[in-house]
Amino acid sequence: MKNTLNIMAITALMAGPVMAETVNGLRTVNEFDAIEGEAERSTALFEEMMVVIGHPRCLNCHPVDNSPRQGMDMQMHEPPVVRGEADFGAPGMRCTTCHGEQNFTFAAGGGSIPGHTPWQLAPIEMGWVGKSAAEICAQIKDEERNGGKTLEELHEHNAEDGLVGWGWHPGEGREPAPGSQEIFGELTKAWIETGAACPAG
Amino acid sequence: MINFTLNGKEVSVDAPDDTPLLWVLRDEMRLTGTKFGCGIAQCGACTVELNGMTRRSCVTPISMVEGSYVTTIEAVEGREARAVQAAWEAIDVPQCGWCQSGQVMSATALLREIPNPTDEEIDNAMAGNICRCATYVRIRAAIKNAAKELEG
Amino acid sequence: MNTSKLSRRGFLSTASAGLVIGVVLPEKSRAQSGAATAFDPSADPATFAPNAFVRVAPDDTVTVLIKHIEFGQGPNTGLATLVAEELDADWSQMRAESAPANDELYANSLFGLQGTGGSTAMANSYMQMRKAGAAARAMLVDAAAAEWGVPASEITVSKGRISHAKGTEAGFGAFAEKAATMTAPAEPKLKQAKDFILIGTDVPKLDTHAKTTGKAEYTMDVYRDGMETVVVAHPDKMGAVVASFDDTDALKVAGVIAVREIPHGVAVYAKNTGAALKGREALRVTWDDSKAETRSSEQIYADFSRAAAEGGRAAEEVGDAMAGIDGAVQVIEAEFHFPYLAHAALEPLDAVLEMTDGKAELWMGSQFPSLDKPTLAATLGINPSDVQINVMFAGGSFGRRAQPTAHVAAEVAEIAKAAGGNGAWKLLWTREDDMTGGYYRPLTVHKMKGGLDADGNIVGWHDVVVNQSIMAGGPMEAMMKDGMDPTSYEGATKMPYDLPALKVDWVRQDSPVSVLWWRSVGHSHTGYATEVFLDQLLEAGGKDPVQGRLDLMKGDAGRDRGVLEKVAELAGWDGTKVKGDRAYGVAVHESFNTYVAQIVEVSDQGGFPKVHKIWCAVDCGVAVNPNVIRAQIEGGAGYGLGSVLFDEVTLGEGGTIVERNFDTYRMLRINEMPEVEVAIIQSDNDPTGIGEPGLPPVGPAVANAWRALTGQAVTKLPFSKSVGV
Repeated sequence: MKNTLNIMAITALMAGPVMAETVNGLRTVNEFDAIEGEAERSTALFEEMMVVIGHPRCLNCHPVDNSPRQGMDMQMHEPPVVRGEADFGAPGMRCTTCHGEQNFTFAAGGGSIPGHTPWQLAPIEMGWVGKSAAEICAQIKDEERNGGKTLEELHEHNAEDGLVGWGWHPGEGREPAPGSQEIFGELTKAWIETGAACPAG
Repeated sequence: MINFTLNGKEVSVDAPDDTPLLWVLRDEMRLTGTKFGCGIAQCGACTVELNGMTRRSCVTPISMVEGSYVTTIEAVEGREARAVQAAWEAIDVPQCGWCQSGQVMSATALLREIPNPTDEEIDNAMAGNICRCATYVRIRAAIKNAAKELEG
Repeated sequence: MNTSKLSRRGFLSTASAGLVIGVVLPEKSRAQSGAATAFDPSADPATFAPNAFVRVAPDDTVTVLIKHIEFGQGPNTGLATLVAEELDADWSQMRAESAPANDELYANSLFGLQGTGGSTAMANSYMQMRKAGAAARAMLVDAAAAEWGVPASEITVSKGRISHAKGTEAGFGAFAEKAATMTAPAEPKLKQAKDFILIGTDVPKLDTHAKTTGKAEYTMDVYRDGMETVVVAHPDKMGAVVASFDDTDALKVAGVIAVREIPHGVAVYAKNTGAALKGREALRVTWDDSKAETRSSEQIYADFSRAAAEGGRAAEEVGDAMAGIDGAVQVIEAEFHFPYLAHAALEPLDAVLEMTDGKAELWMGSQFPSLDKPTLAATLGINPSDVQINVMFAGGSFGRRAQPTAHVAAEVAEIAKAAGGNGAWKLLWTREDDMTGGYYRPLTVHKMKGGLDADGNIVGWHDVVVNQSIMAGGPMEAMMKDGMDPTSYEGATKMPYDLPALKVDWVRQDSPVSVLWWRSVGHSHTGYATEVFLDQLLEAGGKDPVQGRLDLMKGDAGRDRGVLEKVAELAGWDGTKVKGDRAYGVAVHESFNTYVAQIVEVSDQGGFPKVHKIWCAVDCGVAVNPNVIRAQIEGGAGYGLGSVLFDEVTLGEGGTIVERNFDTYRMLRINEMPEVEVAIIQSDNDPTGIGEPGLPPVGPAVANAWRALTGQAVTKLPFSKSVGV
């Protein structure tokens, strides 16, 4: 009855040593050392961050409307749910009506329901779906639209936040975000240190 | 051993941590009003109240309810629950009935937060509860009737 | 209940239950409707079979034994209403109880066996239950007359009270015992329709309270001492069988008791559900696909489409359709595709079986107890008289629990047989088992061709229906005539329209995919194909969808005409198909002798239809309980709408079933449910079915509105496949 690939196990095998040039589809910071110009390097680093940001594991909960998406094809969430006043669902059906403290593999198999505390949508001003790298870059640097984070706090968020980190541990039946949270954090740090440049719109 | 408060009584359960609350309620506690419909949080037939919020018991590992308060259809109470159940009976909402425990739990939770919900608010709260008999016209009407009753 | 105690007088006293009044009914009351022809009980019709339906307790409660399974369509309430009416009971004293499996007492007069289906519950019980109530009333009155020493003719009964002008008065319970000594009337006098007190009113449903409070008991809610929970690993492909299995890891799961191979899979026996599911997850099964369906749905459609082009056997022929089409000024063609559909009742299939020293007791939402019982007995190698079936509330069926193969009863029996000895087992199908377990609405192709003359009149109509037969290959095959299975094309034939030349062909195809009646059976696709195609022809001929249909209707299609005119009035139809962003579509279809017309209001919401409102007119004869009728129309329309919009069981590459749960096999949800307004035609005709007939018109009405709005004719279902979201 075990038809579902254990993606986590495969990921672990593919990850290999930390020194690898590309870890699970994400280039490490040292891959960008050869780029001469700092702004150019910074932009390239952000483009690499976009490999993570633009992955459905992350995008699905950063919609620009009021409904989360699901799956690699980013379908509408089923059952239909809404953002609600606190990005946490509607009265009678909150995110936590279904999502628990951690991923839960269905008793009859065939996949899992993701979980984490907290589990909620990114605020609408942090919506990314359908936006370009330039737009997202400007957005996440803008304290009005990034939850009032300084760049330092932004790094901390990317490198350490648990719900961000869920993207790399999404449970059975779900493809993890590329790379690892550690590398994503390092890329963010390097991007900030190189001036947090944004790609041209 | 997992300890929690079930329908007002403290209970202890000896079950593997990943056992769904649904099956503990049914198999161990014999509280069969909470139904199994899909096992993947798509249908809402297994809806219970966990610490005052609706919760799909089919995707709730029993380990998660340690120290919590769980209320099932057998013991749901309060004026909203009474109004909902009375409204359900007044217009004969149920057909096959399998989903209705979950519908009543969700509707009760909705009215506790929003005493006079709009159609959209009803949709938002109830869209997670499938009724294969499609009694939705009556579910909506009964929620509105219950709201009127609560308004007094 | 011990049936051997039933006397010819039709009375039965039992120690525990007060009084049971049985009624001897003459043979002529056994077939009420033309629908009986499909299920002619020709073999040894038991004449004057006693039927036990009414039980009067000393506490005045009247319990009606309901021979039809209650899964939401309302027989408990409806049949109890019939008894209460003739008994002059008060509704508050009425109770309903599922009748046990017993062919002699509880056969469906239209089938000749005990079973529910074809929307027949009311049709076949209408006179029978009224007579049961009337006979009971007469006996109670006779008892009272004897006791009070007054003529029976001076006694009146009203709202459960028996009284005499002298001032004496009593409830039914007081005379229950004495009534047992009275002679049953041979032909109890029935009320005239004008005197009905309960029939035609919205009496509250008897099962609502239990279903609102979680107290209603279904099969899955049955727990027996020492009961084991059993889940079965079934194949992913239709028709595959077990090649080998490895239970090493499964047996290591705490709580797993045993793993045993049974004919259709590998059964995991456990202490509880959690362990059973975990055990099955740890089980490794290798399947033998050599006899399985390995075509994909896409390949099957292609094969069926080719078969349609080759033609089939005529199911109906009027005039020369081919000549009509050949001579037409305008010819329109369309090929409709209807997918396999799962019934997806919300309570998955299940059964509980207890074995005690060679005797079996089964708890199940058994829709055909008459077939489940002998199958269970044969599998276990015991006598059918040693099998007791408790017919439970079922969490929906829509046809799924009416199993000619009795495969669930057989599976639970195999489970008990493999374990051996005494014990109790609960067979639980998960949602995935239920959805991938076959018994689908047959995948169907309609290849249609129509011709119009210069005035836009239809001069030829050809419909080639291609699908598997539901009846073939099982006990129902005997009912097929000349190898034709009407459930494959019913509704494509006998249309209410007077077409000068028409031909309906059927091409039977075979597949290891098991198929079954799915709410409204053949009408689920014929209603769509005929009413969408007709709408296209009317449009091409410059005719109004409503008036065009009315103009085509046969002289004897009065009831079709009646519902269509009524729904047009209800919806305020003025011939305008599009108003602003809303479009309107119409469809009319008769099924199971009930006539239904619907008009729907649809808008385009992000490239997909949103249905706002359904107006519906229904003629189902005497409306015993209008509230239940409205509920069945609402539900049938919602069920049908969800299916045409979203649903398909797809056989993927190699025949593996793709949709396994509600995340991919979408149920209509409350936010997608339209408003429904129902008008019930006043009628003196005997009541006909209501569980299914609300479904067929909704799909075509939506498709017709969508075509009016967007120009797109949706011929490949579901909409979600044809219409971009």
